[in-house]
Amino acid sequence: MNAPLISLQGLSKEFHGKNVVELVDLTVKAGEFYGILGPSGCGKTTLLRLIAGLEQPSSGQIIIDGLSMNSVPANRRPVNTVFQSYAIFPHMSLEENIGYGLKLKGIAPEKIKERVGAILDIVDLSGLERRWPNELSGGQLQRVALARALIMQPKVVLLDEPLAALDAKLREIMKYELVKIQKDVGITFIMVTHDQQEALSMMDKIAVMNEGKIQQVDQPKALYEWPKNSFVANFIGSANCLMGTVTKVEKDRTYVMLTDINQEIISTANNNFRVKDSVQAIIRPEKMKLQDINISDDNKDNVNYVVGSLLEIIFHGGVSTFRIAITDKNVEPLVISQLNDVQQTKAKYKIGSNVKVCWRVDAATLIPVP
Amino acid sequence: MSIGKLITVVKFRLRNPWLNISLLATLLFFYTPIVVLIVFSFNDSRRNIVWKGFTFKYYKKLLSNEMLLEAFVNSLTIALITTILSLLLGVLTAVLLWRFKFPLKPLYQGIIMVPVIVPEICIGIAFLIFFNWIGWPSDLIWPVSLAKIIFAHSLFCFPFVAIVIRARLIGLNGECEEAARDLGAKGWHIFRDIWVPHLKPSFIAGGLLAFTLSLDDFVITFFTSGPETITLPVKIYSMIRFSVTPEINAASTILIIVTIFSVGTAILLQKESLKKASAK
Repeated sequence: MNAPLISLQGLSKEFHGKNVVELVDLTVKAGEFYGILGPSGCGKTTLLRLIAGLEQPSSGQIIIDGLSMNSVPANRRPVNTVFQSYAIFPHMSLEENIGYGLKLKGIAPEKIKERVGAILDIVDLSGLERRWPNELSGGQLQRVALARALIMQPKVVLLDEPLAALDAKLREIMKYELVKIQKDVGITFIMVTHDQQEALSMMDKIAVMNEGKIQQVDQPKALYEWPKNSFVANFIGSANCLMGTVTKVEKDRTYVMLTDINQEIISTANNNFRVKDSVQAIIRPEKMKLQDINISDDNKDNVNYVVGSLLEIIFHGGVSTFRIAITDKNVEPLVISQLNDVQQTKAKYKIGSNVKVCWRVDAATLIPVP
Repeated sequence: MSIGKLITVVKFRLRNPWLNISLLATLLFFYTPIVVLIVFSFNDSRRNIVWKGFTFKYYKKLLSNEMLLEAFVNSLTIALITTILSLLLGVLTAVLLWRFKFPLKPLYQGIIMVPVIVPEICIGIAFLIFFNWIGWPSDLIWPVSLAKIIFAHSLFCFPFVAIVIRARLIGLNGECEEAARDLGAKGWHIFRDIWVPHLKPSFIAGGLLAFTLSLDDFVITFFTSGPETITLPVKIYSMIRFSVTPEINAASTILIIVTIFSVGTAILLQKESLKKASAK
């Protein structure tokens, strides 16, 4: 494997005695669409600003393409940023906005015009060169901001919540547009977002952040399927989290006594645990199935089950969510989601009635509890 | 304004007679003296108390009155240089107060505003005593001889400019500055490409304020001008001491026209740059 394009080593940033970014280690490979995902206030924007050079780290190293960036000011880093407010210069035309960085580099006006034209093609804004920013829509301003960064041919483009200011429909379009542009130009993108859907559908790799620390770095699918801790499990998608203790470990299956629901389950998802370890079982809502309590099922797939009473059914369109209270136990009701492809799903189960919740042996991911 | 909108306004006015009366009274109160002043500048009478007939005589006389013309040129020169100095000091002050934190900042902020609050007569007397005390030479050649008045005017004009510019600075999008830096801009580029275009409307407004304040200032000028450095307001005052002739009216009318003209130009310029800068 070739050396990483960006490598952050023990990066920390302190504001007023509080660590906003704490000992972050990350490596980003060239050409990746890399995501930094976390709730608001988790330090992800600060991390991006550290890479851009708009903030100075309290400690640690930022290495881009083999060179330490710590003493390189923002205007000399091979990095360009797309700001959350887009930060389009209001008194410059679209063409002047996009060509601004090249003009500062002292490139000839004809050359700039040529390159602006080419970049406008890429972001699909051809013909709007002479427009003023106040004549453009939010989506167009977003593209201008992106073009203004891309034209500099940086090693990395940093994007700070680029879709947050757009309305839902436009956001959907821009999502795919951004991915397509990134693949076309082949420049590494690092994008900050608080929206897990955005992150899962756009990025090659995601670093989940909370309270200034990196929680997990993985590909979207792995993050969803094998979260390393309960923060990641709950932040990405929704999850049923049940506490338990390992009772028996076999070659490829782990037996866990779920103290929360007083039921022993089997998991084959991961098996690097020892007997008596405290664990949490994470089960995604769509991996659980509702079943009539009277039907005795011999299907080996549904060996894990628990009985509870149906609290409510919430209709979402394509799917419905069922909330099931586990009788006599002081735990959060289980959440199950099912496709509404079966007409009778809703009719079959009555609110208040007892139902069986089953899941396959590979559905529950176990995470260690400290 | 569309016709429909106009009709609504007229209807509203008709339904509210008190609004009309107070508006009319205000306009009369403000503008009658000025209108009378301008009308009587064309009065063909030495004493200028009753209307005798129309004439341009006093404007012609004005143009041949070298002392008056000299005062007018002095006034314009002082106002122009004061405007430039006030803008420079004003922008520096505004940026200092907006950007930086330093010890005793509130005190400094208060001191800056002193010339706005203190009665002009006090500033005038203070300058008179100050210039006497440091022994400011009184036999300087022409443009340099105006320096004393220019210093005094700049001092009381620049806080106004600073207030106007600071108010505009608050609306600056900080991310624009960072975006420029991110694209390779250094301090000077950011000033030229981000700050100046954004601040342009406030430069015009502030500059205009300084220009008009300086042009028609009487009190401070009265205490700082010498026999060689008479300005138009001071000259008009000294002419009144002999008799109120239509010549004085004519001189005042010209002063009014210059003021209205500069205000009008500034408003147009400001509108233009605001229109450009109004981003979504």
